[in-house]
Amino acid sequence: MAMMRVPSAAAPAGTMPGAPLPAASQHVALRALSRLVTAVRSNRKATWGFGLLVFFCLVAAFPGVIARANPSAIAYQPRLGPSASHWLGTTGLGQDMFAQIIYGTRPVLEIAFGVGLAATAIAMLVGIAAAYLGGFWDAVLNVITDVLLVIPLFPLLIVIAGYLHSSSTFVMIAVLTFTGWSYTARQLRSQALSLRTRDFLEAARVRGERALYIVVVEIIPTMTSLIVASFLGNALYAVLFSVSLQFLGLGDPTQISWGTMLYSAENAEAFQTGQALWIIAPGLCIVALGAAFALLNYAFDEIGNPQLRPLRLTRARRMKRATAGPLTMRRARVEPSS
Amino acid sequence: MRYALRRLAFFAVTLWAALTLNFFLPRLMPGNPAISMIARFRGAITPAALKVLEAQFGVSTKQNLVSQYVTYLGNMARGNFGTSMSQYPASVSQIVSGAIWWTLGLVGLTTILAFILGTGIGILGAWRRGGTLDSVMPPVFVITSVIPYFWLGLVLILVFGVQLHWLPYFFSHDYTLAASFSWTYISNVLQHAILPAVTLLITTIGGWILTMRNTMITTLAEDYVRMARAKGLSSRRIMFDYAARNAILPNLTGFAMSLGFVLGGAILIEDVFNCQGVGYWLLDAVNNEDYPLMQALFLLITVAVLLAILASDIATAILDPRTRHAG
Repeated sequence: MAMMRVPSAAAPAGTMPGAPLPAASQHVALRALSRLVTAVRSNRKATWGFGLLVFFCLVAAFPGVIARANPSAIAYQPRLGPSASHWLGTTGLGQDMFAQIIYGTRPVLEIAFGVGLAATAIAMLVGIAAAYLGGFWDAVLNVITDVLLVIPLFPLLIVIAGYLHSSSTFVMIAVLTFTGWSYTARQLRSQALSLRTRDFLEAARVRGERALYIVVVEIIPTMTSLIVASFLGNALYAVLFSVSLQFLGLGDPTQISWGTMLYSAENAEAFQTGQALWIIAPGLCIVALGAAFALLNYAFDEIGNPQLRPLRLTRARRMKRATAGPLTMRRARVEPSS
Repeated sequence: MRYALRRLAFFAVTLWAALTLNFFLPRLMPGNPAISMIARFRGAITPAALKVLEAQFGVSTKQNLVSQYVTYLGNMARGNFGTSMSQYPASVSQIVSGAIWWTLGLVGLTTILAFILGTGIGILGAWRRGGTLDSVMPPVFVITSVIPYFWLGLVLILVFGVQLHWLPYFFSHDYTLAASFSWTYISNVLQHAILPAVTLLITTIGGWILTMRNTMITTLAEDYVRMARAKGLSSRRIMFDYAARNAILPNLTGFAMSLGFVLGGAILIEDVFNCQGVGYWLLDAVNNEDYPLMQALFLLITVAVLLAILASDIATAILDPRTRHAG
């Protein structure tokens, strides 16, 4: 029965508890939150992503505890290799590289969280307003969203940053938010549209609730996981694009962050002078932070669509729960490895 | 028909928005950056060219904003993008037409390659659900797709260029060779293209693989696939003609879109490897405050995206009959 193995393997038979009926109260929000917590704990990708993110947040909060050297002080011999006193060596100017990496975490996280929150807020406002108001306003908001979606982002960012010459963290957040909210607005709108005709909203309308109440208390809680996903997506986008702009020298050159480190390393021709660490270390940090957001995001996809989950995990759980039924027997025969 | 008209109207609006952004951005920025640019080029270019430039950016003219805007739109419609300041006296159109082929060649071919390879791997991974490929794939490619590609480019330069001396990593070709259709020239260009192409391939392939895999898994659970199995068709036929053929639609739309982003999508690669394509000139224009060139390149990149979306609309309409009747 080689032919049968894929459907049996792909079928998500009964691992997902039935979706709870949307009850019209804060219970929905609470339940959604607790579902998120269990989800993060049970999905390995989510656990990794969450762990990494917490780690970087701690580093950003208490940089002085980890690195004792002043990151901007030109106090050491330039181009030192890694040693006990300088874990990653020193830069071409003679600054402690490890301290730069540690202190450089905060600006990146500020931009990631700032853009993540602001872009998601605008996306919620526009997306839900478009879906809820409908008609003329929906059409107008839709055209604005679509136009921003189509205009190539990175060239636009470069053009704006080029006119501004150098952008502080705040300006960077503003520019990235302005260019970045449209994608998630689109997703939130279609989700809100699919809710519009549901009974619990009809009931609220019949009860005579105000529009604001309906949006805040009834619609938003049912979209929690999508909102979290759009926060993660926007934060990831902010990390990658802000680092790219800083690498081009379009960030704030006086600030110490991973992107500006790469900028000075490239300007000092770090490879040719044998300082590979100057480029490798900040890059690895960017990849790790990006991976944290991306893993969490992908895990939320898996949580929303159980078919995508890795088979090994679901199978192991089912094995634990049930004694060997016909289903598990077949599965065990199909995949003898692992 | 109504659908087609609505799409065309949308393209017109987007084009207008891009033109308007181009027009208002320099005027909105603190202390109109065009003034400092014009001050810098005074004396370096002919007075006539300076006049044109001043008119283009609304500096020291008595025209009000509305008539400036109308003149600007008229110039754009006639394809008159002005003179490049940093490459004076070359016109913007000359620079653009020279640069576009390098970008199309390098980024375009790599995008096609990444799409074909990624889609293929995605199909196989979903088909062998639970196999080694399938369980290793998601975490690995989630991570490769967040690597900043300019950084990967730098690391590859370090390993294969600086340390091992295997491959050239500077410029798009050896500048001692004249452009010709000889084997030495072509192989030289190809050699220079390996590192940037591999960089792009590694960072973009993950997206194709994961999208294809995820849609394919959903499609494999459909009834018509089960039906095909019940009929006893060969697994090859089911995999390609039944499942993949339907699952490929989102990837195809994405592919058409990404062809549009070819021109603007690899700016940093061209910067890191010094290939003189569209992105290289965009950055060069930004660094030299050459705003006419910058605006023209931004417009070109936007038009490329619009054309690609038009192509993807047509392709979807042909491949998926449902969209023809929707709206």
